[in-house]
Amino acid sequence: MAFGEDALDWGPAFDEDASARRPYLELAIGYRLLAIFPAVRRILQPILAVAAGLGLGLAATAIAGENPWHVLVILARGAFGSGYGLGMTLFYSTPLIFTGLSVAVAFQAGLFNIGAEGQLTLGALAAAAVGAVWPGLPWPLAPVLAGVAALAAGMLWGAIPGWLRARRGSHEVINTIMLNFIAAGLASYVALYVLSNPDSQNPETRPIGAGYCISQYAVFGGAPVSAALPLALLAAVAVWLLMSRTVLGFEMRAVGQSEAAARAAGIDPGRIQILALALAGGLAGLVGVGEVLGNAQKFKVGFSPEYGFMGIAVALLGRNQPAGVVAAAMLFGALHKGAADLDMETEHLTREVSMIFQALIILSVSAEGVWNWMSARRRAVKGVKPVGAPLEPGVAS
Amino acid sequence: MIRDLLGSTLRVSTPLIFAALGGMFSERSGVINIALEGMMLVGAFGAAVGTLATQSPWLGSAWGMGAGVLLALLYGVFVIRLRANQIVAGTAINMLALGLTPFLCKIRYDVTGQTPAIPIGDRFQSAPLYLSWALVAICWLWMKYTRQGLWLRFAGEHPEALDAAGVRVNRVRWAAVAVSGALAGMGGASLSVFLSSSWARNMTAGRGFIALAALIFGKWRPVPTAMACLLFGFADAVETRLEGAKLWGREPIPVQFIQILPYLVTILVLAGFVGRSRAPKALGTVFSRA
Amino acid sequence: MTPGVAPAVELRELSKRFGEVAANAGVNLRVRAGTIHGVIGENGAGKSTAMKLLYGMLRPDSGEILVEGIPCVWSSPAEAIARGIGMVHQHFMLAGPYTALDNILLGAEPVRRGMVDRRAARLKLDALARQYGLPVDWDRPIEELPVGVQQRVEILKLLYRDARILILDEPTAVLTPQETNGLFENLKKLRGEGKTVLLVTHKLRDVMAFTDHVTVFRAGRVAGDMPTSQTNPQELANLMVGRKVILNIQVPPAQPRPESALEISGLTLAGAAGSRHRLAGISLRVKRGEIVGIAGVEGNGQSELVQAILHPRDPRCRTSGAVNVLGREVSGWAAARIRALGVAVIPEDRLHEGLLPERPVRENFLLGLQRTAEFSRAGVLNSRRLADAATAAVSEYDVRPPDVDLCAGHLSGGNQQKLIVAREFHRRPSLLIAAQPTRGVDVGAIEFIHQRIVRARDEGAGVLLVSSELDEVLALSDRIMVMYEGRITAEFARGAASEQELGLRMGGA
Repeated sequence: MAFGEDALDWGPAFDEDASARRPYLELAIGYRLLAIFPAVRRILQPILAVAAGLGLGLAATAIAGENPWHVLVILARGAFGSGYGLGMTLFYSTPLIFTGLSVAVAFQAGLFNIGAEGQLTLGALAAAAVGAVWPGLPWPLAPVLAGVAALAAGMLWGAIPGWLRARRGSHEVINTIMLNFIAAGLASYVALYVLSNPDSQNPETRPIGAGYCISQYAVFGGAPVSAALPLALLAAVAVWLLMSRTVLGFEMRAVGQSEAAARAAGIDPGRIQILALALAGGLAGLVGVGEVLGNAQKFKVGFSPEYGFMGIAVALLGRNQPAGVVAAAMLFGALHKGAADLDMETEHLTREVSMIFQALIILSVSAEGVWNWMSARRRAVKGVKPVGAPLEPGVAS
Repeated sequence: MIRDLLGSTLRVSTPLIFAALGGMFSERSGVINIALEGMMLVGAFGAAVGTLATQSPWLGSAWGMGAGVLLALLYGVFVIRLRANQIVAGTAINMLALGLTPFLCKIRYDVTGQTPAIPIGDRFQSAPLYLSWALVAICWLWMKYTRQGLWLRFAGEHPEALDAAGVRVNRVRWAAVAVSGALAGMGGASLSVFLSSSWARNMTAGRGFIALAALIFGKWRPVPTAMACLLFGFADAVETRLEGAKLWGREPIPVQFIQILPYLVTILVLAGFVGRSRAPKALGTVFSRA
Repeated sequence: MTPGVAPAVELRELSKRFGEVAANAGVNLRVRAGTIHGVIGENGAGKSTAMKLLYGMLRPDSGEILVEGIPCVWSSPAEAIARGIGMVHQHFMLAGPYTALDNILLGAEPVRRGMVDRRAARLKLDALARQYGLPVDWDRPIEELPVGVQQRVEILKLLYRDARILILDEPTAVLTPQETNGLFENLKKLRGEGKTVLLVTHKLRDVMAFTDHVTVFRAGRVAGDMPTSQTNPQELANLMVGRKVILNIQVPPAQPRPESALEISGLTLAGAAGSRHRLAGISLRVKRGEIVGIAGVEGNGQSELVQAILHPRDPRCRTSGAVNVLGREVSGWAAARIRALGVAVIPEDRLHEGLLPERPVRENFLLGLQRTAEFSRAGVLNSRRLADAATAAVSEYDVRPPDVDLCAGHLSGGNQQKLIVAREFHRRPSLLIAAQPTRGVDVGAIEFIHQRIVRARDEGAGVLLVSSELDEVLALSDRIMVMYEGRITAEFARGAASEQELGLRMGGA
């Protein structure tokens, strides 16, 4: 950049922070406040973003001629109003936790995983394939084996763009998008020609053996909430432990923060990038456990209503933190379930409205990220990097 | 059979060419456009609605292009003005299109899945096909011989040099993103008013991403990009023709492998295994003076 | 020159502050039309700031700019360009894949019938190229042209826009000696055609050989201004260096041990096609218990040298040569393995390479130490021990405020650097590589860091000190080597070289 580059030449020679000369105690208090205030903001801002997104979405329903309050009530009642409704919400939330974690883990390492859709497709396919090929395996070996297969298939599908990024320098965004389509093609080939279900006209694989099925919880009135939900929560805890308590997690975050600093500290950023995307892929692959072992008993082509893409929204809203991801997944699961009832209970709305809500929420979050970035920049201009100050604020429109 | 295949290749490539050329404008100016898919979808919808309303495919296409531009401008607000992440905003725009089109369809026609059929007399016969190829030539000439074309190329490659030469970089990018929306919208229009007879839910089915792949495969240049669209269109046409056909009268042909070929080739090209495709240097970066 | 003609450029009491630092404090400068005027000074002396003010990239806080006698206030380079000022930046403003012609035309395209009239442009450029002797193959992409020709393209860009006053920022930094001579022949021709050239450089040789007049910058002011014929390199070096910081550090004589901490032989890094090597056969040895200082103006290969030592696997860092660290030949080693031998590094760009600015001090203290037995076992971090060690280090190294949960980016420059020193010394290093260790650091922190470096030496570490601050190199080093254009061009024992002599060597004399 014309001005930025030259400013960088200057930066280091002059980046003495003016505030360093102020009395030290005052500083400590100031920094403390700064440290607490962002914590509040971190919680508050996603909530505001959700409110803004929902508000805009409801305004749209008003344009359609519906009473927004009525719509909100239907959404809430559909999502939480009955055991079954709550069950369906949790059922939709489960894969979103996995894909949200998947995107979040990659993001922590500085990578964009747009490929969760493909990774979960192959994960589900692998689980179904194990169950269809060896239908006689007994419980609990069977589900464990199928779960490992789902994990491994997802990891492989994540490691490919990781390797391409780390060793061939091609960007993971395009590669993961392409791999989504390739995964869809492969899965439909397998479902149609290799393991096709002779008893069905639909593109799906043969049913898995009885020993593979994981328990469903009766309290949810028949909603297919299975042991995949606790597995997803466990995965969230595991990701939290990994990122905050282990050397690998630390190195991943370091690479995500600053590839240059990580490299200077002796970390091989390429290796970390491959590992991170493999891990992300594995998490997405685990979606297959709930879908195949806990719900359909087979792989059905097109079973996912874009869980992978919704995972991006979930991670974004959850600030790439496991707890946030779980909360955001619950919200989007509820929206997905609640919107399903709009088809029947309103005159002008369809279930696709949930996509509008989701899109508006992502846009609100991304705009709010911008706000963060700008305030960080304002700080930088004031203190740490005085020379980076714009020539004329606002000129660059 | 061959003639037939070639004809349908040309026809199914048409929306890809429009969309890929649209993507080219945005990406050559430095703005990643994975929202192409969404812009195509609203374009398809707008064109269907417009054609039904005006009984003219031309006016209908103008509606479609207008819808594409509107969505593109919304995208521009986020990525140029607010400097939001281009991937995140692009994903959101795609989702918005996916949700908004059935929503509007229901409001207008009180049906969910698709618009009413457009009478055959109101549909395009082959105009978009010729138009798309004319556009390839125009884009090529425009990029090469006009000053705006020169600015576009520098905006994505070395925005600082463009700025130093006294041209407002972000103005160029705004214009490029708007054109991108118009062309993607036209791509969508040729889906709904040319290749089929109505708009249907998620009717683009990833064609925006294929267009993006063609753009990369075509090294972000108009003529090679159009050739890549033709190749991808051929894969599509072959797939449709061979669906269910038996190889040597015995095994069914696995069309899925033909289907995934474009994506596989794109990955290989991007990784430098087959040729080398180099993205505009400043693609995805925010431009500001400080 | 007839008296009475206004100078091409006149700066009057020009001042510009960045925060607390006065980059320019009352600069006065007169440049006569039709001359080559050298502007010389060390890094940070304020010469680039003055040029950016003149070119409209920055706005002065106070003072006046006169161009050809007319007072000018501009808000963007475009206005400066319109008044006949052009600047060739150190990093060229050229887009690699596009032709030289298009790069020159950009923003000033002649248009005929809606199309760029390349033929007209070519005619005009052909004439310019002939007039000034600057031949360029117009239709070749920039990236296929040698650096010297790219520079010619940049100059033609200015001439095409009818610039009368040309500012060249460090134009010889990337050129081979032949290309440098070619450039100056061209500049002389431009002068002959009535153009005025402002040559910003740190190279004494260039100034002495090719300028008519020279202005020396030091610490934001003009330290000297005279016709080149009335000065000599020695005087210029004296003016450039001056005395900046009085360093109160007692460095006892070194007691080097026989074993070496670092031995380098024939280290080479090829440059881009058509340019000179960035490292050309560097050989040196650092014994344990001594400090070897690498003096040099920045950009002469010091950063590349450090990278080549630390990242032998990376082909972008090293083309050939051998590096022996603490008795082990490290070719093909991963960076982490080298560091684990007991190598501490203070990187030159601390915000970019030394820290994770958005992470707390605690995690920054861990960076690079995360796999040591002290802080992790079987891949699991020992958070309590980390907190204890970080807290102890922060108080021992006087990092303020002593809060390990604060983001490193919120610390002042000096405290960030102390944090890095604390972390790196936590390894008890046997080899310390310190690059610009006190850049942008307040005086108190400078003294503290210097003491720590000397103490590390006395505890048996070999120290490679890379610095463009002469005082620092002179005060700390037991031996001094001068780097110039990717080579070691001189070596002195402690006390054998004066500051002026080093300054001369650093300028390539």
